[in-house]
Amino acid sequence: MIDAASPSVAPPPPRPEYIHEGPLNQDFGVVEEPLSLWERLYDNGGFRKTLLLIAIAAIWEIYARQLNNPLLVPTFFETVRAFVSAIASGELPDKAVNSVRLLLQGYALGLALALAFTMLAMMTRIGNDLLETLTSMFNPLPSIALLPLALIWFGLGDNSIIFVLVHAVLWAAALNAHSGFRSVSNTLRMVGRNYGLAGTRFVFKILIPAAFPSILTGLKIGWAFAWRTLIAAELVFGASSGKGGLGWFIYESKNMLDIPSVFAGLFSVILIGLVVENLIFRNLEIATVRKWGMQN
Amino acid sequence: MAAMTERSSVSLETCRVDPLNASTCEPLLSVSGVTLQYKTKQHLVTATYRVSFDVMPSERYVVLGPSGCGKSTILKAICGFMQPTEGTIKLKGQPIRGPGPDRVMVFQEFDQLLPWKTVKKNVMFALETSGRLKGRSAEEKALEVISKVNLTKFADSYPHTLSGGMKQRVAIARALAMEPDVLLMDEPFAALDALTRRHMQDELMQLWEETRFTVLFVTHSIPEAVRIGSRILLLSPHPGQVKAELNSDGSDAIDPATGLRLSERIHRMLFADQIESGVPVHD
Repeated sequence: MIDAASPSVAPPPPRPEYIHEGPLNQDFGVVEEPLSLWERLYDNGGFRKTLLLIAIAAIWEIYARQLNNPLLVPTFFETVRAFVSAIASGELPDKAVNSVRLLLQGYALGLALALAFTMLAMMTRIGNDLLETLTSMFNPLPSIALLPLALIWFGLGDNSIIFVLVHAVLWAAALNAHSGFRSVSNTLRMVGRNYGLAGTRFVFKILIPAAFPSILTGLKIGWAFAWRTLIAAELVFGASSGKGGLGWFIYESKNMLDIPSVFAGLFSVILIGLVVENLIFRNLEIATVRKWGMQN
Repeated sequence: MAAMTERSSVSLETCRVDPLNASTCEPLLSVSGVTLQYKTKQHLVTATYRVSFDVMPSERYVVLGPSGCGKSTILKAICGFMQPTEGTIKLKGQPIRGPGPDRVMVFQEFDQLLPWKTVKKNVMFALETSGRLKGRSAEEKALEVISKVNLTKFADSYPHTLSGGMKQRVAIARALAMEPDVLLMDEPFAALDALTRRHMQDELMQLWEETRFTVLFVTHSIPEAVRIGSRILLLSPHPGQVKAELNSDGSDAIDPATGLRLSERIHRMLFADQIESGVPVHD
């Protein structure tokens, strides 16, 4: 035995070498085996979330039935019925289309302004300072707080809503795009310049794709802000020239004490939000940053 | 090794056909008295001090030195990303004014490939944005160079699916497709494992054998410099100054004057101070 405390440790005795002759052992059974159906289903995030949704709907239904007060909480099935009939009558789709149309206008305008601001910030130092100052000032300001002012400036109408939507999208998108541009690696920048790119070509061919993960985050946050702001603005005033949006639908239904329709309106707000998030943005993400290995 | 000796003697001859008429051997790239300085947040750093050297056509010119000798900074200046504070850099007799596709750089970092483009599109991007080739002809050229670096099977793969060595091969292919006057390589194999690195060095030599491009190669590895270079520039650190310019035939030959191998001579020159002061040296 070697004394562990002794400073001079003796080398281990020489050991024989081992070389395996002939074929290697093949008795280990399967190397690869397909998983069972349940294992594969449970591995799917969509499936797990569907299970959760079913559970939530069941709890809702049970609770509402026990409460038995449709003016406070209608049951799940009543809500579904109100939702289906509002869709069948064409009222809900109409309102949703109005909301989405307004939203897209504000969103597009906000993004265009964000791009202009960010490009200015990339090209000049004072532009950079301007963007940083403005985003730190306006990003914490909920855009709905600007609605009263917007009503005075632009009157009762779509323009006021578009104004607050632009405010909701602009700062979130510009902030993310800007931080994305700044984190583009120096190597990629040098590669772009090496092949003769400069100015706006450099921005569109190198900076925007390289910063796309951040830009996408900005698009998502901007969308979420805009959607919340829109519904809130429509609740305050939503019917201009006879066309209201989803927020107006909720407000009107509440006035008529048609609570299942209020729930149906809320339901469609959630649904549209989910569709945009999980279909549009998710597929955009899969087709871009995931395919490019820029995000896992 | 015998083959390597032969090929480098050929490369030297391209410049020494006519010793009476020196003008037949114009340097392709000429760096004279170049001092490079850059600013960090706190300091003004002098990276190189009055460095001069000439690169001849078809030469494999290696800039070798320990870290902090400004070798990468020199390459950036040649590429046009920074201006020398003193001295001039001329390519084919014309001073360098900015980045351009006549000097293409291969970086050490794997992220030099555009991650949103496939291997083929990465090569085409270089050809198309620089205006060298368009559309179909750019695609053909891209496929040709990709097959030269043995990546035909991966032409439609995205960079993140490739190994480090493959990414560097794509970067080399992209640079070669441009047929630049001089190919600049900034420690392109430094981030690779030893086996891949060795393999890549052989592949680079093979590619050079086929087209005889001019390459300026920066490294801090003595064995790599000896294998790759036909001429080796040694820089001392802080700031970089020229210590020696040596010829190499790739075989790590023994110098008749000193009886030492080339790598041993380089080692002594670079680490002479440490040897004298008794500080242990390491490769």
